[in-house]
Amino acid sequence: MSEAAIRARGLTKRYGDILAVDAIDLDVPRGEIVGLLGGNGAGKTTTIAMLLGLLIPSAGTITVLGEDMLRHRYRVLGRMNFSSPYIDLPKRLTVRENLTVYAELYGLRNSRVQVEHVAGEIGIADFLGRRTGELSSGQRTRVALAKSLINAPELLLLDEPTASLDPDTADWVRHYLLGYAKGTGASILVASHNMLEVERLCSQTIMMKQGRIVDRGPPAALIARYGRQTLEEVFLDIARGTAKLDAAQ
Amino acid sequence: MTEVELSARRITAMVKRYLYLLRGSLPRLVDLAYWPTVQMLMWGLLTQFLITKSSFIAQAAGLLISGVLLWDVMFRGNIGIALSFLEEMWSRNLAQLFASPLRAWEWGVSLFAVAMVRTLIGMVPAALLAIPLYHFSIFDMGWALIAFFFNLLVFGSAIGIAMSGMVLRWGLGAESLCWAGIFLIAPLSGVYYPISVLPGWLQPIALALPSSHVFEGMRAVLIDGVMRWDHLWMSVALNAVYLFVGFGLFLLIFRDARSRGTLLQMGE
Repeated sequence: MSEAAIRARGLTKRYGDILAVDAIDLDVPRGEIVGLLGGNGAGKTTTIAMLLGLLIPSAGTITVLGEDMLRHRYRVLGRMNFSSPYIDLPKRLTVRENLTVYAELYGLRNSRVQVEHVAGEIGIADFLGRRTGELSSGQRTRVALAKSLINAPELLLLDEPTASLDPDTADWVRHYLLGYAKGTGASILVASHNMLEVERLCSQTIMMKQGRIVDRGPPAALIARYGRQTLEEVFLDIARGTAKLDAAQ
Repeated sequence: MTEVELSARRITAMVKRYLYLLRGSLPRLVDLAYWPTVQMLMWGLLTQFLITKSSFIAQAAGLLISGVLLWDVMFRGNIGIALSFLEEMWSRNLAQLFASPLRAWEWGVSLFAVAMVRTLIGMVPAALLAIPLYHFSIFDMGWALIAFFFNLLVFGSAIGIAMSGMVLRWGLGAESLCWAGIFLIAPLSGVYYPISVLPGWLQPIALALPSSHVFEGMRAVLIDGVMRWDHLWMSVALNAVYLFVGFGLFLLIFRDARSRGTLLQMGE
């Protein structure tokens, strides 16, 4: 259990002349929640896609849960999962049907029981019988979260996990994720624009800009280092290139 | 669970996914049987007219009906694969699928199984209706019918999977290929006429298609009452090649999509 849940070295993605991700080194320690922050086009989604095996890197290595992701991704895909508001579940299937299909894709023996369990945990049991396309965007986000938890993953990659959720539900989801990580020892990588969310959820933060990691550390340490009150102010400093780092740090 | 059991479970999960979709939509189910039935009725009526004019047709009254039903097997095989693939594109679900442990070949097997189910739903009602209406049962072909059915289904599927690859490469703008591509094969397959009718230079091209051997074999059964094993084995051998090429092409394009990042962008 000593190795990191994710360890990427020199990870690079190039599309022709465009360098989307530029030789980043990234670690997600076991049992921790790490925030991946950056503006639009910073390379967060590209990085997550490479970590999931959906995108082949131009260069670099990725080790996920001890396996070489580029050579043996099928050994590890069943132990991880992800959720993104930009990728849908089939709209014409009911929530139960969608979750059942994914439970079985992840090889669960008793998919019905697991679907009921996760639906109860995430608070979507009342609309298991409804078509996914008929749900509100907030409900769909919760269903996507339920799908990402269907196999009780050891590693969870979440892109904007509380997008479209009202503040109350978003807060509930954050508490749930904290409890899940603590209760199961799972590692979570969260890409988010919601700085408050990252401050509350994450023990470590990775700041990306134009495909590079420009800073990293615990949220409180970053705030102190930039001499700011909140992570949002740190984010704006980095995004606008106005950062004045504390010389002592 | 062993790796084989896990594979079987993933294939079953994907078959379920497409059957849920069919089950949830009565218009989709009706549509599957609608066109084969209409075609069968039309060609059946034409046959009844021609029987009074042609002794050849009178001797082998089921030729046109068999042709239309078997052509529909190939068409459904093709569209069954392509539509299921498009369904994932339309619902922007590709990235979810391939971030799961699902292998591309397992998905291919599930698409083939669903194409077979869709084809049976479309073909069986039309074939049964032909019995009371035209006193012709395609099932009289017996085992030969099963051989023809699978060969045409496999060939249609091979084309369907190659066309799906084209859509993966060029996006939903290439969607019409999935619908129309198969019709390029129809004139060369000799559905309603022998391959010898085609111009001499075109015949070798036609005979390089598994479908032309199936339809030649069908005519041999219906007209001469003999099973032409040479045509059957040739269609099996050609199918192996087309399936290998079609699926290989899809896998190459899939790898290219993983390299270009298009799996994440595909959708309406």
